[in-house]
Amino acid sequence: MTKNHGEDSHSHLDEMEVRVRALESLLVEKGYVDPATLDEIVETYEKKIGPKNGARVVARAWSDPDYLARLRKDGTAAIAELGYGGRQGEHIRIVENTDKVHNLVVCTLCSCYPWSVLGLPPVWYKSAPYRSRAVSEPRAVLAEFGVELPADTTIRVWDSTAELRYLVVPRRPGGAEGWSEERLAALVTRDSMIGTGLAIVPGQGA
Amino acid sequence: MNGLHDMGGMQCFGPVVPEPGEPVFHARWERRALALTVAMGAAGAWNIDRSRHARERIEPARYLSSSYYEIWIAGLETLLAEAGLATAAEIAAGKPSAPGKPVRKVEGASAMAAVLAKGGPADRPPVGAPKFRPGDAVRTRNLNPPGHTRLPRYARDKDGVVETVAGFHVFPDSNAHGSGEAPQWLYTVRFDAAELFGGEADHQVHVDCWESYLEAR
Repeated sequence: MTKNHGEDSHSHLDEMEVRVRALESLLVEKGYVDPATLDEIVETYEKKIGPKNGARVVARAWSDPDYLARLRKDGTAAIAELGYGGRQGEHIRIVENTDKVHNLVVCTLCSCYPWSVLGLPPVWYKSAPYRSRAVSEPRAVLAEFGVELPADTTIRVWDSTAELRYLVVPRRPGGAEGWSEERLAALVTRDSMIGTGLAIVPGQGA
Repeated sequence: MNGLHDMGGMQCFGPVVPEPGEPVFHARWERRALALTVAMGAAGAWNIDRSRHARERIEPARYLSSSYYEIWIAGLETLLAEAGLATAAEIAAGKPSAPGKPVRKVEGASAMAAVLAKGGPADRPPVGAPKFRPGDAVRTRNLNPPGHTRLPRYARDKDGVVETVAGFHVFPDSNAHGSGEAPQWLYTVRFDAAELFGGEADHQVHVDCWESYLEAR
């Protein structure tokens, strides 16, 4: 888990390539999986589902108080209104950042993550440094992402130990008054919905 | 199981290193590792709790020196062998020595899209009333089961407060071992960081806890 992909030797990567090809061919020959189904799964998580989904949810929450109220009451149902749901998004709860509270999501035991709204988790989210320290020293972890919060901000960490999945609604930045949901969504980064980042402030770039 | 997967509060792993512009996958085999794991999960020979437990049972030194999808592949190989769907020799050779056994379902590509869109909710029709309510003071039990559990070590034998009643959910500690779903009330419990880790930490940590992890205080 500590290994970075960039540090993998080519021979090791080749070894995994061979091992996984062999496993796939065995499972296809045994009749347990259909290769076209495997392609469909890859396509879904590489191309169709990703943080753009969550950014739309947040942009609507920023724009529509009635939607935000529904999102607070039943995150899963409100997110389904936008067409997102299913695997690893069956039970979603939103947690909202304010001027006094900052939320941070982790899975210390494995890699639980709200796939339906954020896609597959990045390597750092699944890594030992993040899983070990997010619960015990979140301010130090946030500093590694370049996020410094005021001393009086309460940090709430959410460890995804069950099948609940947490989506952070970051604070709406100033300077985006009257923006359309589409423009607002472009300010909502993946990390801002995990809590390791903040939404982009217009004019300040990512 | 007090395994290495249970990392919360450990201190030896160094800084978090985000990768700018990280791709979804870093190699072709990672795509297939994800797809094989998801597709075999849909075949119905095991449940998600059992598959998590197969990964956390990997020998600790190997667990730490493996990348994420290597752990998934190792877990999948364990599950296949334990379910009697492929022998270790077949997995090593990449060739069947006997025909496949019946599995519950082999999804086609178009059906799989619907399976992913539907997901697998973990809530069940409630039986009985929840023992705790929001605001109740609770203490986590000092549990150290040899099998699968979702109560992290850092949150055992600690004082917390029930934040929400989160539903009536399948109990992984049972479901991972073929002992049935045994659903229970699930609670989100808030802990002060100082209670969990000592010192002057002033943040809060929320852990989702099944009712049998908790006692009143």
